[in-house]
Amino acid sequence: MKRVQYEHSPIPYLFVAPQIIIIVIFFLWPAAQAVYQSFLLEDAFGLSSQFVWFRNYSDTILSGAWLQAAWFTMIFSFLVTFLSLGLALLLAVKANEVIQGASTYKTLLMWAYAIAPPVAGLMGNLMFNPLIGDLYGFMNAVGFDFDHKLDPVDAGFVVVLISVWKQVSVNFIFFLSGLQGIPKSVQEAALMDCKSSFRRFWTITFPLLAPTTFFLMVINITYAFFETFGIIDTTTQGAPGGATTTLVFKVFQDGFRGADIGGSSAQSVVLMLLVLALTVIQFRFIEKKVHY
Amino acid sequence: MSGVQLKFVRKTYPNGAEAIRGVDMDIKSGEMIVFVGPSGCGKSTLLRMVAGLESISGGDISIGDRVINDVSPSERDVAMVFQNYALYPHMSVRGNMSYGLKNRKLDKAEIEKRVNEAAKMLKIDQFLDRQPNQLSGGQRQRVAMGRAIVRNPQVFLFDEPLSNLDAKLRVQMRIEIKRLQRRMNVTSIYVTHDQTEAMTLADRLAVINDGLVEQMGAPMELYSNPKTLFVASFIGAPQINLIPVTFDGKTLNNGSLKLAGFKDLPENTDLVLGVRPDVMTQTTKGQLDMRVDLVEQHGGENLVYGALQGAVNDEGEELEICLKGDKALLPDLDAALRLSFDPATAFVFRKNTGERLL
Amino acid sequence: MNRSSIATHLILICGALFMTLPVWVAFATSTHAPETILREGLQIWPGGHFLETYNEVLFVEGGVMKKVTATTMLKNSLILGIGFAVGKVVISMLAAYAIVYFRFRLAVPLFWIIFMTLLLPLEVRIIPSYKVVADMGMLDTHAGLIIPLIASATGTFFFRQFFRSVPDELLEAARLDGATSWGFFIDILVPLSKTMIAAILIIMFVVGWNQYLWPLIMTTKEENYTLVIGIKQIYQVLNEGGELPQFQKAFALTILATLPPVLVVLIFQNWFVKGLVESEK
Repeated sequence: MKRVQYEHSPIPYLFVAPQIIIIVIFFLWPAAQAVYQSFLLEDAFGLSSQFVWFRNYSDTILSGAWLQAAWFTMIFSFLVTFLSLGLALLLAVKANEVIQGASTYKTLLMWAYAIAPPVAGLMGNLMFNPLIGDLYGFMNAVGFDFDHKLDPVDAGFVVVLISVWKQVSVNFIFFLSGLQGIPKSVQEAALMDCKSSFRRFWTITFPLLAPTTFFLMVINITYAFFETFGIIDTTTQGAPGGATTTLVFKVFQDGFRGADIGGSSAQSVVLMLLVLALTVIQFRFIEKKVHY
Repeated sequence: MSGVQLKFVRKTYPNGAEAIRGVDMDIKSGEMIVFVGPSGCGKSTLLRMVAGLESISGGDISIGDRVINDVSPSERDVAMVFQNYALYPHMSVRGNMSYGLKNRKLDKAEIEKRVNEAAKMLKIDQFLDRQPNQLSGGQRQRVAMGRAIVRNPQVFLFDEPLSNLDAKLRVQMRIEIKRLQRRMNVTSIYVTHDQTEAMTLADRLAVINDGLVEQMGAPMELYSNPKTLFVASFIGAPQINLIPVTFDGKTLNNGSLKLAGFKDLPENTDLVLGVRPDVMTQTTKGQLDMRVDLVEQHGGENLVYGALQGAVNDEGEELEICLKGDKALLPDLDAALRLSFDPATAFVFRKNTGERLL
Repeated sequence: MNRSSIATHLILICGALFMTLPVWVAFATSTHAPETILREGLQIWPGGHFLETYNEVLFVEGGVMKKVTATTMLKNSLILGIGFAVGKVVISMLAAYAIVYFRFRLAVPLFWIIFMTLLLPLEVRIIPSYKVVADMGMLDTHAGLIIPLIASATGTFFFRQFFRSVPDELLEAARLDGATSWGFFIDILVPLSKTMIAAILIIMFVVGWNQYLWPLIMTTKEENYTLVIGIKQIYQVLNEGGELPQFQKAFALTILATLPPVLVVLIFQNWFVKGLVESEK
């Protein structure tokens, strides 16, 4: 809070008005609509609708397809978060150690941030294309009976690989800046207290990176839930048999392709609750960080 | 030029906290007034109320004949120098100094003239086109003052302007501010917590404590004739020696210490005796005995610290006192010194109210 | 060089290859003839068809889609990227200024409304959002594409954080200097925020350029496609056509869709990293 502020006047309302108006029209109203529609059942032509309480919820969420998508989303999010964080941490620690070529490595490792997920997806898809894709050939040549169009595990592998590839750069940037934020004196003190660099990392560096790591976990889970839509839509499209359908992709599929407005809205509301939970966790943590 | 009048000025925050509890003051035209007091006493708040940066909860502030309670800061005809300078970092020195004049829609030639004059006076004319981050601390301080001078205000306000400078520069700028104020003869209010700064700069000094003016007067008047215990202990370095005592009709007593030469004091009441370190002298037959535990050599003078023998402080521990002497005064550690002082130069205060009795 | 530092460099080189090789291969392959690609697969060295492929993709109608060229999509992407970035900076700076520097009755509720956008990503309100835009007749327009995207809270929070770190005395000095609230904003605060604005513009350009789901449902006409959503359509066309699959064009398009945001990030790397790390605090 500023010590001195400008006093009551219509001016601040003018300043916030553009943002508030856009939010009300394009955020709050549609979100309210989604909640409202999640309680309605429309007939096939969209002409009449009926208030059905929680039937959309019970119908969609208890359906096998939704549960399959929820299960896949969980495994997928875990793998993407764990692998991309692990890889990025390893690279950031190493990039923080080198002196020669440090800025070149940094640039090469972070630039992929600028690539859109669907573009990454499309690139990956071409690499795994059975006609020309060397990765497809390679996987089969080393003995896997690889076919991501038919095999759910292989399809999952492709989606996870591309998603991890796309996310490493963001994590790398944050880890590197976190590492550079550790005071040099602390590192020098650790150097005098502990001989093993491996032990030094796990007992000093990693605990000091905990705030960054936690923050990135939330970011990565959000990414795996929402932003990977573009990757899935340009690679497997949820196939084979819904094995790589995430919850977000299913909302889109049911709502736009399947025109099941009520069911899709009910799924949206469940997703809102998930985002709420993630946000609460994040803020709890930030509050705690203040007390450090 | 015009003076500043404060009439029963009060400041109460929305949460009920009282920062200023009724201040009356009459500042004459061209006078330099220093507000001094411990941190949190309200001195900055009072200054900011004159500037218009804090609202006034009660009473009136006027500049000249005009009550300015509800006048916006820019129309009060005051200029302020901030502790951290508050220079606009993206503007050149010239830009910083002329911004206020441009907002007042002065014409270009006049702005140019005023900026150049002020810059020359402050010896910053060769820096006019530099950015603030290319200047040293002292130069920034001058720019901040230049920004105030060009506005040609009725009143200068200084909010601890020297506390970000190193010790040597602080002394130098202090002298320069005083000289400038003399020359321009503009009514000034200067806030500081540094009592040396306060003593050397002020025409009159206002010692502020807990939202009230404890005493106001010329620096030497406050030093030699403090009205309260607070003023006596705040003004003067090294600090005045304070000895808790009681009076039995003949002597002031603390433990085995008995001091004669005092009369007309209430009996059976807790009192405090105040003796300045420079009114005591080392003799063979004095009233006080001191065991030396530290000698500080300041060059021209020495300060001797030690425990007063036979007396205890409120916690029942040794009572530390200080003696100021010339550079020849160099007692050994643990040496016993006998000190004497003229009772007429000492002060006696009532302990619970701080009111001065003698 | 000792052994552990060789290992360090080895790990970093592997990481750098992992991050860059796919894009390089995509570029190299895009410069070969379709026959070569079909016969030999992906290419690691550039071939001789660079001009031919990119010329056809960028300038020849029907080269990639029925009606539009990649130049049109490039233009649409630029409008989206720049419009998104500028729009977001402008509205979030104004809102943050009001919230930090003014005392007004609805400040707290309005702050919470802005905060709530964090809880409502596009994906959870996608169908009603589409309907709102459709009802307003804004489908297939630049305004309809950009405006609903610029209101989220991230930019506002970022500037709020930054404004709070600006010393109070600057506002006080400006008030004594007679600056109005608008004057303080334009003369002092905006110039002071220059590097912050640059950093946010860069990040938001990339984010805007890379938008996928919203343009996908918002645009129905080919001439409004951005590169990012255009490439997917092209990919389908290429696969379904009876002729030789034009893989080189698909690769060329992924390169075109990648190049502008990557260039922006590389050129302004320091600002970009600073903005990204700061904005998440």
